[in-house]
Amino acid sequence: MDVFLQQLINGITLGSIYGLIAIGYTMVFGIIGMVNFAHGDVFMVSAFIALIAFLILTTWLGISSIVLALLIVLIVAMLFTSLVNWVIERVAYRPLRGSFRLAPLISAIGMSIFLSNFVQVTQGPRNKSIPPMISGEFVLFTHNNYPVTLSYKQLIIWGVTAVLLLAFWYLVAKTKLGRAQRACEQDQKMAALVGVNVDRTIATTFVIAAALAAVAGTMYLMYYGVVTFSDGFVPGVKAFTAAVLGGIGSLPGAVIGGLLIGLIETMWSAYFSIDYKDVAAFSILAITLIFLPQGLFGRPDVEKV
Amino acid sequence: MTALANSAGENPRPHQALAHGRVDAMAALRDAGITAAIAFGLFLPLIGFQTTVNGENALILITRWPLLLAVVAAVGIGRLGYSVLLEPRLRQRAMRPIATTPSALRTFVGQWFVPFGIAFVAAYPALVLATVGFSRSVKWIDNFGIQILIYVMLGWGLNIVVGLAGLLDLGYVAFYAVGAYSYALLAKTLDLSFWVLLPISGILASFWGILLGFPVLRLRGDYLAIVTLAFGEIIRLVIINFTALTNGYAGIGGIPRPSFFGIPFNADDNGFAAVFGLPFSPVYRVIFLYYVILALALLTAFVTVRLRRLPVGRAWEALREDEIACRSLGINTTNTKLTAFAMGAMFAGFAGSFFATRQGFISPESFTFLESATILSIVVLGGMGSQVGVAIAAIVMIGGTEIMRDLDFLKKIFGQTFDPTQYRMLIFGFAMVLIMVWRPRGLISTRAPSVVLKERKSISADLVKEGHG
Repeated sequence: MDVFLQQLINGITLGSIYGLIAIGYTMVFGIIGMVNFAHGDVFMVSAFIALIAFLILTTWLGISSIVLALLIVLIVAMLFTSLVNWVIERVAYRPLRGSFRLAPLISAIGMSIFLSNFVQVTQGPRNKSIPPMISGEFVLFTHNNYPVTLSYKQLIIWGVTAVLLLAFWYLVAKTKLGRAQRACEQDQKMAALVGVNVDRTIATTFVIAAALAAVAGTMYLMYYGVVTFSDGFVPGVKAFTAAVLGGIGSLPGAVIGGLLIGLIETMWSAYFSIDYKDVAAFSILAITLIFLPQGLFGRPDVEKV
Repeated sequence: MTALANSAGENPRPHQALAHGRVDAMAALRDAGITAAIAFGLFLPLIGFQTTVNGENALILITRWPLLLAVVAAVGIGRLGYSVLLEPRLRQRAMRPIATTPSALRTFVGQWFVPFGIAFVAAYPALVLATVGFSRSVKWIDNFGIQILIYVMLGWGLNIVVGLAGLLDLGYVAFYAVGAYSYALLAKTLDLSFWVLLPISGILASFWGILLGFPVLRLRGDYLAIVTLAFGEIIRLVIINFTALTNGYAGIGGIPRPSFFGIPFNADDNGFAAVFGLPFSPVYRVIFLYYVILALALLTAFVTVRLRRLPVGRAWEALREDEIACRSLGINTTNTKLTAFAMGAMFAGFAGSFFATRQGFISPESFTFLESATILSIVVLGGMGSQVGVAIAAIVMIGGTEIMRDLDFLKKIFGQTFDPTQYRMLIFGFAMVLIMVWRPRGLISTRAPSVVLKERKSISADLVKEGHG
C-alpha cells in the first residue's frame, strides 16, 4: 500500500508533464491533422532554455528567491519556446499545408533531427545537471519505516499544471481565439469564409502548444535537475501515446491520457521491470491504436467515400 | 511578422517585397531586418549562451556574442538574397502553366539514366582503384560504395511497402535488425555459411513482417506510422534487454566474414590473395562485399519491377491510390497488405544479414529510430514509388553525410577546433526539411504506369492524386 501510494504520487507528477506535452500533439493534430514529430524536441529545447535562464538568474543576477527565479524562468522559457515553434511552423510546415500527406511528416522528422542535433552542437553532448532547485518534502505517513512523501517539487508541478490547464481551458472554451481554433478544426475552408484568419489561428495553436511544452520542460528540469540533447524523443513518444490514448483531438483526453501513461510507467517500474518500462509505454500505444483507435474521449473517424 | 509569411510565396499580398518581377529595395531590406530580428530572438538562448562545467564540476554560462551576431547577420543576408535573387525567378516559374508531360530533355535523361547508372556502379571499384590507388580505395569503396548501396537496397525494400502499397512504415529498421541478428546468431551457433543464412534471415525477417503486419491491418496513414515506430522501438528495447540471447548493449562480435566460394579473405596461405597469387590487401574483401551488396540491391530492384506487373503489384498500387475502391473491386486487402509487409521485410532481412557480415559486429546502436527515419526519408525524398529517385536520394543523403566526415579543408577556414563531423546530422535534418519544402513529392515525382496501351508515358506529378489511405 505504501509503495503503491508513493508510486501514485510519482506517477501523477510524471503524468502531469506528459499531459502538458500531449496537449501540444493533440491540438496540432486536431487542427491540421499532422503528427508534429518535432514536438518532443521542442520540449527538450524548452528545458535547455529554462536551464540557461535559470543559470543567468542565479549565477549572474544573484536572485536568491527560488520562487521568483522559477517564475521568471517559466515565463522566459514559454516566450522563447513559443518563438521557436512559431518559426518552425512558418518554415517547415506552412509551405507544405495542403500538399502531399507524407510531406509534413517527413519535414517534422527532419525538424526533430535538426533540433536535437542543433542543441548537441551548440550546447555540447554531455548531460547538463544543476543542483536541486527546491528540496524538502512533506511526509504524509510512515508505514513499516517506509515514509510516503510528497516533495515540494511535486506539489509545485501539480499546482502549476492545474493552474495552466485551467487557463488553457478558459482560452479554448471561452475566448474568441478558442472559438476560431475550434472552427478551424472542424472545417478550415468554411472558417476562412466566415472571416477566421486560418493562418494566424494555426500559428497561434503552435505557439500555445510550445508554451505548454515549455512549462513541461521547466518542470522536467526542476524535477530531475538534468537534461541532455536526446531527452526529447522518448518523452515525446510517450506524450504522443498519451494523446492517442485519450483520443487525439480531445483536450481533456490528452491530460487524462498523460496521467494514465505516467501512472502506468511508474507502476510498471515499481512492480515489474524497470528495464521494460519503455516497452510498456510503446505497447500501450500499439494496443490502443489497434483496438481503440479513437481513444478514450475521441470521436470515431468516419470514413467518407 | 510578414517576413517569413511571404517566404511561403503562395498568396501574394499587396505589400510584398516584389511586384511583377521588380524588386522593391526598401521592402526587401525591411523583410531582411525583421527576419534578422526574429533570428536574434530564436538563437539568443542557445547560441548566445553556452552551458559548460567549470573546475568544480558546476554548470556555468559562457557568452558567444560574436557567433550569435554572425548567425543573425547570415540569416538576414540570406533573407535579403532570397527576396532579391530567388523570389523573382520563383514568381516567374509559378506563372508558367502546369506541364502535363515532362519535357523532352527529361524524357531523354530518363531513358538513359538507368543503363548508364548501372554501368557506372558496376565499374565503380575499378574507377576508384584507378583514381585514388590501392591503399586509399578501401575508404571510398567501403564508406561510400557499400554504405550507400546498403541504403539504396533498404530504400528499395521500403519502397515496396511505402511507395507501392502506400503503407507508411516508421519501424522498418526492426526487420533490418532481425536479419542482422538472425545471421549473427545462426552463423555463430550453427556455423553455417553466409549464402545459406542469407535466405534464412530474409525468411525470418519476412515472418516478422507478417507478424507485425497483422495487428496493424486496420490502421492507415500517420497512425500506422506511429504503431510501426512503436514496434520498431519495442524490438530494439527487447534486443537491449534480452541479454541472454543478444548480449544487450555490448552487441555481438566476431561474426563470420563471407568467403569467396570457400576461400577466406585473409593473409593465410589458403587465403584469397595467396590462392590467386596476389599481394595481400584488404581491398579484395571490400570489392567482393561491394559486388555482393550491388547484386542484392539489383535483385531488390528487379523483383520490384517484375512484381509491379503481377496482379499483386497492381493490387499494391491500387491500394495506395484508394483502399475503399480497392475493396469494392474485390481485392483482398488483408493479403495485399501482408504480402507488401513480408516482401519489404524480406529485403530488409537480406540487407541486415549483409550488414552483419560486413561489420563483423552488431549492437542495438545500429538499429535506432534514426535509421528508420533515414530510410523512410530516402524513400519519400526520392519520390515514393520511383526506384531511380530512391537511389538518387540515398546517394545525396548518405553520400552527403559521409562526405561531411572528411572535409578537413574547412578546418583551415574555421580554425582547428572546427569539427565538420558534428554538423553531419544537423545538416541532414535541415536538408530533409528543405527538400520537402522545395519538392513535397520528392525528387522524381513522375509516375511510370505499370500497364500501358500503346506507348509508355510518364505521368507528371501535378496530375498524380493520391487517396488518403
